[in-house]
Amino acid sequence: MSSQDIPETSLPHEQATESSVATRVDKDPFADPGLPPHEHRIQDIDERAAKRSERTVALLFTVSMLSTVAFIASFVAFPIDKIVYIWPFGRVSALNFSLGLTLGLALFCIGAGAVHWARTLMSDVEVADERHAIEAEPEVKAKVMADFRQGAKESAIGRRKLIRNTMFGALALVPLSGVVLLRDLGPLPEDKLRHTKWAKGKLLVNQNTKEPLRPEDVAVGSLTFAMPEGMDEHDHGFLNEIAKAALMVVRMEPDDIKDKRELEWSHEGIVAYSKICTHVGCPVSLYEQQTHHVLCPCHQSTFDLTDGARVIFGPAGHPLPQLRIGVSEEGYLQALGDFEEPVGPSFWERG
Amino acid sequence: MSTATDTKRKAPAGERVADWADGRLGIYSLAKANMRKIFPDHWSFMLGEVALYTFIIIILTGVYLTLFFHPSMNEVEYAGSYVPMQGVLMSEAYASTLDISFDVRGGLLIRQIHHWAALIFLAAMFVHMMRVFFTGAFRKPREINWLFGFLLFVLGMFTGFTGYSLPDDLLSGTGVRFTQGAILSVPVVGTYISMFLFGGEFPGTDMIARFYSIHILLLPGIMLGLVVAHLILVFYHKHTQFGGAGKTNKNVVGMPLLPVYMAKAGGFFFLVFGIIAAIAAIASINPIWALGPYRPDMVSTGAQPDWYMGFAEGLIRFMPGWEIVLWDSYTLNLGVFIPLVIFPLFLTAIAVYPFIESWITKDKREHHILDRPRNAPTRTAFGAAWIAAYFIMLIGGGNDLWATHFSLSINSITWFVRIFFIAGPILVFIATKRICLGLQRRDRDKVLHGRETGIIKRLPHGEFIEVHEPLSPEELHRLTAHEQYTAGEIGPLVDENGVKRKVSMLEKFRVKLSKGYYAEGNQIPKATAEEYEEITSGHGHH
Amino acid sequence: MKKLSARRRHPLAAVVVLLFALAATGGLYAVFAPADQAQADETAQSLAIDEGKKLYSVGCSSCHGANGQGGSDGPSLAGVGSAAVDFQVGTGRMPAATSQGAQVPKKKKIYSQAEIDQLAAYIASLGVGPTVPKPEQYSIKDADIGHGGELFRNNCAQCHNFTGEGGALTEGKYAPSLEGVDPKYIYEAMQTGPQNMPSFPDSTMPEEAKKDIIAYLDAVNGEDTPNPGGLKLGGLGPVSEGLFAWIFGLGALVATAVWVAARTAKAKKS
Repeated sequence: MSSQDIPETSLPHEQATESSVATRVDKDPFADPGLPPHEHRIQDIDERAAKRSERTVALLFTVSMLSTVAFIASFVAFPIDKIVYIWPFGRVSALNFSLGLTLGLALFCIGAGAVHWARTLMSDVEVADERHAIEAEPEVKAKVMADFRQGAKESAIGRRKLIRNTMFGALALVPLSGVVLLRDLGPLPEDKLRHTKWAKGKLLVNQNTKEPLRPEDVAVGSLTFAMPEGMDEHDHGFLNEIAKAALMVVRMEPDDIKDKRELEWSHEGIVAYSKICTHVGCPVSLYEQQTHHVLCPCHQSTFDLTDGARVIFGPAGHPLPQLRIGVSEEGYLQALGDFEEPVGPSFWERG
Repeated sequence: MSTATDTKRKAPAGERVADWADGRLGIYSLAKANMRKIFPDHWSFMLGEVALYTFIIIILTGVYLTLFFHPSMNEVEYAGSYVPMQGVLMSEAYASTLDISFDVRGGLLIRQIHHWAALIFLAAMFVHMMRVFFTGAFRKPREINWLFGFLLFVLGMFTGFTGYSLPDDLLSGTGVRFTQGAILSVPVVGTYISMFLFGGEFPGTDMIARFYSIHILLLPGIMLGLVVAHLILVFYHKHTQFGGAGKTNKNVVGMPLLPVYMAKAGGFFFLVFGIIAAIAAIASINPIWALGPYRPDMVSTGAQPDWYMGFAEGLIRFMPGWEIVLWDSYTLNLGVFIPLVIFPLFLTAIAVYPFIESWITKDKREHHILDRPRNAPTRTAFGAAWIAAYFIMLIGGGNDLWATHFSLSINSITWFVRIFFIAGPILVFIATKRICLGLQRRDRDKVLHGRETGIIKRLPHGEFIEVHEPLSPEELHRLTAHEQYTAGEIGPLVDENGVKRKVSMLEKFRVKLSKGYYAEGNQIPKATAEEYEEITSGHGHH
Repeated sequence: MKKLSARRRHPLAAVVVLLFALAATGGLYAVFAPADQAQADETAQSLAIDEGKKLYSVGCSSCHGANGQGGSDGPSLAGVGSAAVDFQVGTGRMPAATSQGAQVPKKKKIYSQAEIDQLAAYIASLGVGPTVPKPEQYSIKDADIGHGGELFRNNCAQCHNFTGEGGALTEGKYAPSLEGVDPKYIYEAMQTGPQNMPSFPDSTMPEEAKKDIIAYLDAVNGEDTPNPGGLKLGGLGPVSEGLFAWIFGLGALVATAVWVAARTAKAKKS
């Protein structure tokens, strides 16, 4: 190992004194024997082998050309909706399959040809390049420092503090305009997350039929999703509203309901809970009708519907909000008010 | 104007173009330094190339997709050619993605190439990063490039996530909903950030358009800049190499850029593109037509993000539901907020590692020879523990699928993940360190006693011995070329004049760490020349 | 309102009205049909009930009680209806093995359809419940696939996945895959809510809606459903895609990288 052209500062041996380096033995048995001599490949000495390589490379490039032609042919030939059965891929689009494979082959063959060319015909003599320290020589550094000092001095920034301070002030303030411009990205939260479309007297509309639900429609063990009357999928802002108002209606034997308030807020064992998970807002609704557990498919929060939708497993922090329901004069299920707490994930101001 | 040049021979066209460019760009000086630049050959050095090429593929296919994609959340009734969605209300974004898949010839292929390339891009960056980590290639002078790479990985995650969200399908919408829920958990400003990001309440009508500009402009723009900087630094620093005969800290051994590397690296781009195109031909990815348009009141089981966000998904899945109400009026949703904090911290842990290690070793030298992972047992063990935690989280992120496919209880899997998120990395740390030390011992024995040949010889007096073959000089050098640090010492607390020396807590901590890295028992001293001489001269070979 | 009325004038509206009219006529006919026909049916029915009771006593009574009143090992069967029997026995879930895991799995059925019908007749005689649907009830002819998809995503996908590949529930329970399941059984499952699945009775999910759902499933996960993009990787979403990207994608690329970087074979030294 020779070590002439790297400045002493970044030299391994300088620090090596600190680490335990054995005292030198006269002839180091572990000394670097240097790069092994170059050995020839068969292509280097046998022109026939080299010719073979050449032909292989040319063949690969030719296959690539043919593949591109095949790509264009497939594009023209196959209708976009043509489905063919190809084992083991199944019933696939003929167009997607043929385009992908021909494109893949055309590209792959270019690559394979180039690499084969490099590996067999280009020189494989290993060459060593010198490395140079990244750090500048001390003279260079001294020159830079001197230049910098000179420049700083000529700018008088150190002397004229008023300029410096006001400049920093101006530069620090100007980005504020950009921040202010972001204000209209959205409205302030206010109490938007606290209210839903539910209100006293709103009927529970079955999402499957778009008809109001009657208590006798809801069988024990069944699961129905409901929304407040007066909402239509075509309405502007429907998604924002359904994101909060989505409701899960199930019926249990009233004796199975353990929570007193839940029973009070139910109607003949029919309970209505928010469908939106209190964890991060996925629609829960994996209702197990025998255990009365509701599981969220996203993060597995599990709620016990017999016990006020208490969290019995998973990352949710509080029960699903319950909607107080009753029956209208016409005999339909109706809400007796909005949810008493915000639905969906917790937030700081939730309380 | 007849000048001297006219009298000379007419240079070939290529040369004249090069002359023209040189006069304006100075390309000859650039080429002089770089045209025959040497790159060492090793398959693991090409992982970064895989990442680079997939990135290029993503940009190419992404530009194509922008020609057909409508980043709009206007609701339309679908009337395209995919029958099961006809008449369904959906956003224009979703409808245009269906059109790309079913009505644009080759659109499906490009979509699939784009998405497969994205998954592989992140996977390639991950393994590339691990290669750099385990070989110590992040050491001086490459710490900044390590950070560039790390930033690329993180930005890649977010670019991927925003892209995954663009089709506005039921799966990705659920993912965005999760993000929104996580943002809400941020104390004090959560609701404000959420309102500003989504232009009001979730989902609103701005999300797709905003994610679109983030996905196609902001993040890829930054990434492109970082990629260029990353590559410039690779050129500037010259590539690292594994130690061995003729390979020193002051040279780089390999093949020149022109022609070998040009052909190999250039060819490799086509190989990567070709393989990904073939994958996109045979394997379906994110078939959004099967997922349906996003509705915040609908969901499907098996709702996962793409793999690179899977560890965050796992983190949020196994977290217990801790929620505190402060002063009866403020909610701290720790069940979501803690994972939200661990997420960046966990990533940062690996990002700052180079600085921690160099602080422990106090080594200010440049390192261009790669470590074999066994020769840095504590680092390797730390990296393995980090990966273990990462994979435990990934398992947690797919807990429902492991449950159904291995007939397990989802609750048991969650408990397993909770326990092993802590215990797993510890066990892996200990095991990895022991394995490294074992390998170091084996190297030492190999140097001192030679290679076991498997030939059994019977000595005249009846004893059986195995013949050991001495190693070649190349091999001897390779196994002993690495440096070994000695553990730091606090040194005497009282100097020779009897004056007390003050040692800061930080320094004590550093020395403690250093002992954990390099003290006896934490690395096996490599064979010294004396030991070798003694054994080889004394007993001869067995 | 304008939109609504536009929707009312759906091109298929006339067809739907016609179908309703036909169905109503058919129903009226059934009500006023000659009484002797009904008489003959009744005799056949009571025969079936007797046969069913015999089968029941041998195969089911040990868990569900001598008269279907239920026991410690099985629920009461009064009022579950013939549809529940047809589903449970027809899909092989019943009779169940004595020691159960988290839930009773689907397996090869051990009764013939005739025997199942007899069992069903017997159980139906114990109390009024959902009846086995007729083929026209679950026929997907003229069903609205798009609407079925919306219903499926709202009511079914949360447990059974986007296209009915199944998914996990709590404590080792699961929603099974719906791939290759006879439409009749899907219909019966919605009607009766087997095991932990909630029911979707006609009162909240009308017959037409059930048909739409079945039609959607047939379209997206039927025998002839194309997977235009290629291998569907289980239809499980990003987890299987991620595994594929790592194993086959990155795997293939690393293998290629090994080839690119490897030294070319040297000529043999002579």
